[in-house]
Amino acid sequence: MAAILRFRKLYFIEPTLKKYGSFETSKDENQSLEKPEVDGKKEASQTIKEQQSDKNKKKKQARGWKCVDSCCWFIGCMCTTWWLLLFLYHCLPAHLAGFKGPESPGVRLKNEGLTPLHPVVLVPGIVTGGLELWEGRPCSQGLFRKRLWGGSFTEILKRPLCWLEHLSLDDETGLDPPGIRVRPVPGLVAADYFAPGYFVWAVLIENLAKIGYEGKNMYMAAYDWRLSFQNTEVRDQALSRLKINIELMYITNGNKKVVVVPHSMGVIYFLHFLKWVEAPPPMGGGGGPGWCDKHIQAIMNIGPAFLGVPKVVSGMLSAEGKDIASIRAVAPGLLDSEFLGLQTLEHVMRVGRTWDSVVSLLPKGGDTIWGDLDSSPEDGLCDFESKSYFPTNSKENNTRNDDTKPQIKTKQETKYGRIVSFGKTALTSYDLLQELMDVKRVSNSGANCGEVWTEYGKISRENIMKLADNKAYTAGTLIDLLRFVAPKTMKRAEAHFSHGIASDLDDPKYTHFKYWSNPLETKLPYAPNMEIFCLYGVGLPTERSYVYKLSTSDKCDTIPFRIDSSAGGNGGRGCLRGGVYFVDGDESVPVMSAGFMCAKGWRGKTRFNPSGSGTYIREYRHKAPASLLEGRGLESGAHVDIMGNVALIEDVLRVAAGASGAEIGGDRIYSDILEMAERVNIKL
Amino acid sequence: MAVIRRRKQPEDEVQQHPDPNPDEDDDKEEKASKKSGKKNKSKNYSCLDNCCWFVGCVCSVWWLLLFLYNAMPASFPQFVTEAITGPMPDPPGVKCLKEGLKVKHPVVFVPGIVTGGLELWEGHQCMDGLFRKRLWGGTFGEVYKRPSCWVQHMSLDNKTGMDPPGIRVRPVSGLVAADYFAPGYFVWAVLIANLARVGYEEKNMYMAAYDWRLAFQNTEVRDQSLSRIKSNIELMVSTNGGNKAVVIPHSMGVIYFLHFMKWVEAPAPMGGGGGPDWCAKHIKAVINIGGPFLGVPKAVAGLFSAEAKDIASARALAPGVLDSDLFQIQTLQHIMRMSRTWDSTMSMIPKGGDTIWGGLDWSPEEGYCPSKRKPGKNDTEISTQNESTSQECEATRANYGRIVSFGRDVADAPSSEIERIEFRGAVKGHNVANNTCRDVWTEYHDMGFGGIKAVAEYKVYTAGEIVDMLEFVAPKMMERGSAHFSYGVAENLDDPKYGHYKYWSNPLETKLPNAPDMEIYSMYGVGIPTERAYIYKLTPAAECYIPFQIDTSAKDQNKDCCLKDGVYTVDGDETVPALSAGYMCAKGWRGKTRFNPSGIKTYVREYDHNPPSNFLEGRGTLSGAHVDIMGNFQLIEDVIRVAAGATGEEVGGDQVYTGIFDWSEKIKLKL
Repeated sequence: MAAILRFRKLYFIEPTLKKYGSFETSKDENQSLEKPEVDGKKEASQTIKEQQSDKNKKKKQARGWKCVDSCCWFIGCMCTTWWLLLFLYHCLPAHLAGFKGPESPGVRLKNEGLTPLHPVVLVPGIVTGGLELWEGRPCSQGLFRKRLWGGSFTEILKRPLCWLEHLSLDDETGLDPPGIRVRPVPGLVAADYFAPGYFVWAVLIENLAKIGYEGKNMYMAAYDWRLSFQNTEVRDQALSRLKINIELMYITNGNKKVVVVPHSMGVIYFLHFLKWVEAPPPMGGGGGPGWCDKHIQAIMNIGPAFLGVPKVVSGMLSAEGKDIASIRAVAPGLLDSEFLGLQTLEHVMRVGRTWDSVVSLLPKGGDTIWGDLDSSPEDGLCDFESKSYFPTNSKENNTRNDDTKPQIKTKQETKYGRIVSFGKTALTSYDLLQELMDVKRVSNSGANCGEVWTEYGKISRENIMKLADNKAYTAGTLIDLLRFVAPKTMKRAEAHFSHGIASDLDDPKYTHFKYWSNPLETKLPYAPNMEIFCLYGVGLPTERSYVYKLSTSDKCDTIPFRIDSSAGGNGGRGCLRGGVYFVDGDESVPVMSAGFMCAKGWRGKTRFNPSGSGTYIREYRHKAPASLLEGRGLESGAHVDIMGNVALIEDVLRVAAGASGAEIGGDRIYSDILEMAERVNIKL
Repeated sequence: MAVIRRRKQPEDEVQQHPDPNPDEDDDKEEKASKKSGKKNKSKNYSCLDNCCWFVGCVCSVWWLLLFLYNAMPASFPQFVTEAITGPMPDPPGVKCLKEGLKVKHPVVFVPGIVTGGLELWEGHQCMDGLFRKRLWGGTFGEVYKRPSCWVQHMSLDNKTGMDPPGIRVRPVSGLVAADYFAPGYFVWAVLIANLARVGYEEKNMYMAAYDWRLAFQNTEVRDQSLSRIKSNIELMVSTNGGNKAVVIPHSMGVIYFLHFMKWVEAPAPMGGGGGPDWCAKHIKAVINIGGPFLGVPKAVAGLFSAEAKDIASARALAPGVLDSDLFQIQTLQHIMRMSRTWDSTMSMIPKGGDTIWGGLDWSPEEGYCPSKRKPGKNDTEISTQNESTSQECEATRANYGRIVSFGRDVADAPSSEIERIEFRGAVKGHNVANNTCRDVWTEYHDMGFGGIKAVAEYKVYTAGEIVDMLEFVAPKMMERGSAHFSYGVAENLDDPKYGHYKYWSNPLETKLPNAPDMEIYSMYGVGIPTERAYIYKLTPAAECYIPFQIDTSAKDQNKDCCLKDGVYTVDGDETVPALSAGYMCAKGWRGKTRFNPSGIKTYVREYDHNPPSNFLEGRGTLSGAHVDIMGNFQLIEDVIRVAAGATGEEVGGDQVYTGIFDWSEKIKLKL
């Protein structure tokens, strides 16, 4: 470009209209210019003057040209190259020679001769299911039947407040707010991909399809994961729908029982379903006592959150959990900063607290399962190093090589039982409950706190100080803490969920639906031939308990608690890191929660499993993907990524094709789950 | 990108360095010497870089516009539209909501042929990476990328009419199956959106998606589609407080649902075992939209020469290429081969034979001309002429009864003058064994020249003879089809043979279920010329050709509109003639007849076609065309009213623009 300009500057006398003078015309002009130069000096000097004055003009133009047009030029180049690459990429044959991934388990098993036998029901967990808009406020115009949750999440960026408003549920009822209807996406598309390219069920579905499954013998039990379980039936008849579809598949596939594959929270949702379907109407589905025995072959619980997830505690206290508030992952930078007055965390907390389902994931079983102030089943088992876990866990890898004393960490006193403690060396306070009773709630003395409303606004600062004054909370007392800081949420949700342990399962009160999703307060249905599998990843540090501090901000309506990320240091890979105690698990669900029921609670004929349904534990050790090409890994053990784990898929396929638990290899255990389970002192 | 930046930037720098020089330089000689050097460079620049510059400009402007478009408030387009065309009427959903209508009866949609999406579950190598992607519906991107592979996967097995080995293509399920056919081309979406306004949602709306390529009974055999519909209706009725379902079938879905109603009450294993009162218990109303109860003449042309529009709508995707033989593409043959494996197309062959569709010398619609009542689309006098029913067509009498005739003269001649040579049993003669045709094998190549000639020499085919003729030219296909469909009129409906499922989709060979409280609506558009009969000619012989072609040169000189481009048209919705859509509700089922022993109430509701007044209206809110009628505000309002609990009388009873009742009177059918 520059050359063209200079060229013109030198030889043009009259400004031409042509911007991109073609070569030929300029040549002509050159010739005409050269003549006078040769002929007379006078003329020539005149020309030069003109030239010079012209020059100045041109210079200005040139500068303008350079700035905008170079930009244009650059963008043009980029685009062209991009298209070229894109075009080449599309021309690429699907299978480049030499670039063939390992054979997928579906293909391998098909060659082994596996064919579909049992219809398969998939039950997605929390967060992973898509939600779409059916009716909304004016701000959501044009989004009818578009996904608000799942998919590309573009609406968060476009109209964040509107989006939050539509995803919230009603504060009082836990159902739709007036004028807003957000409904789960039905069908396999509901949870095959969470976002474009981020698979959840897609890999499993594809492998099932390889051995012959299709729409008629595969059903995705999509439900609104924000609602409490019984409310999915009240509002959407989701449980009835699931029942009818299982019955339909049972009949149309030659009276073959179904294999159910729930994931994450779907596990306790399906537990709820098992009780619901046999209970008499109106509360239940009226299937009669033999329904499960007749229709269900096996339940393959993936990453089951049977006894709750400690992560949820931090999520509810301070909106800091990763899985539950995965909204956070969408815009991680913004969260902690308070500039712009965004108060993202507060908004998230407000929305999250209207979702009853979150409460279903609070740790269940109290101190018996999760340990008390002094001891817990997992104590002393924090020996990640000796088990050579985390082989390539990104950042930690560097520091780990320096560390030559792995056993030291093992001796470290970890008190997992204290799920929330304020201060690292929290005093034990046995009179906690008493104190909570004493604390009187003072109505909001502060100014009106505007839009962002978390229940913290109603608690006076003094009481918060009292709550936090070097106290430690165990799984049992935690519920009380939450009742205090989030009274509304807990009041609503506790009508739907219970977190205790039943002392007498025959007590008639346990027929109420609020106990159905707690494995420690229900009996499994009578189904001696049903098999229950617990499939979960191990080898990833999983949040177990937290060290909290008071947040420094005195502002109205901020969240008063923060995880004390200074506790335990950031670099170590011990059990305490960044204010969080870790145990073995799949990054979300600790082994204890996932495996205890299959390892002990239901094993053999216990009072929780009166008909003696078989249970199997299948653990999958986490192996990070070896290279970038592998994507999220074929041997991952992480909570969601495990759905792409080849070994897990193979197990599911074999069971769906008719294998029993013993035939696929019985128990497969890497963690200390059996030892932990032994330490739990529970009447069976 | 990085590569480009590195390569290009030095070049820029090189150019910038000498830049200050000329300013200081006053010596002309140096200039002159540089001249030649610069010349070359400038040439390079103007070529490549100007291109880049241009692309960059276009891109930037595009992004800018895109950004502006996205930043635009969502109500802006509507605002503009209203500014130009005046205030839009409230969408029917909003209107009904204001009147206080609420959800009452659960709604079931039954999509028609072609409109439902199909996705791949298992395929050959060439379909790698398309697992659970749509092959039919959506963007049709694969048609362009791998056409022959696509045709192969869309075809069914020639013998069984089911999946070819190694290929599984399945219907998309859920409302997404047929809400939009292609991006922006709505089918059910408008109706769904309006129902949602009065409170409907997923739990009380169900899209009965099925594989529309299969014969109806085969959808049950392969996918259990009928069982699925049955249990979903049962579920919705029980979870919606016992309110019966309102079923809304469209196009072929109408006869599919007719099949369903017989199936569900028939005893297992052939039927669904719902018992004789299933329909009475579960169905409140059946609102048939554009239903081809008695078949569609278009289907004949489609099967005969792959020239119909709706059936082979694949054709619309690449209209130019079709007729040309260049490139050896032979698109039509490919399409014919593919669509002849779809049994469902045979469900739409005209039913009822000469009784319904007319013989050599008469037809129920004769003396009637669509464009007399209503000018064509391009005519400007729309407003002046309307609703004057059945003016006489003065010049010629169109012989609609002759659905296929060879030659214009034959079509017009009195029947006594036509010499016909019997084609049944004619020797088909040899076909030249032809290797080049292997790819585009159609059954015509089995026929040989003798057979083709025999077909042409029979001259005229009425609806009754059409079936025989198709059996002659496509024996394999019709053998498959006749196991699933029947096209006659029953003499005695109590004959036990009518228990067989092949009669269930023919309203003239079945009784309606015993459900006296049920209502049947027939809603269809009128006012658009609709194909009714064809004039054919023989195609000049070529290799691998389709021997018959519509004689597009046959048209009337005067403004007699009934014959155009070799096609006789009558009133209808562009696909289904009013006779086929309306006859059953106007007469065949009206009152207690032998086809309707329990006296189910029937209503005929016609919607006069009004083309969209301007471009901004899209496909119009008053359209009467076969698919576009799904966006007709009037129709949507009627549907919502019925779904909210209104009876047929309350929505206005019959609403008729055509001479459907007169035509029905002319049909001599024992009732």
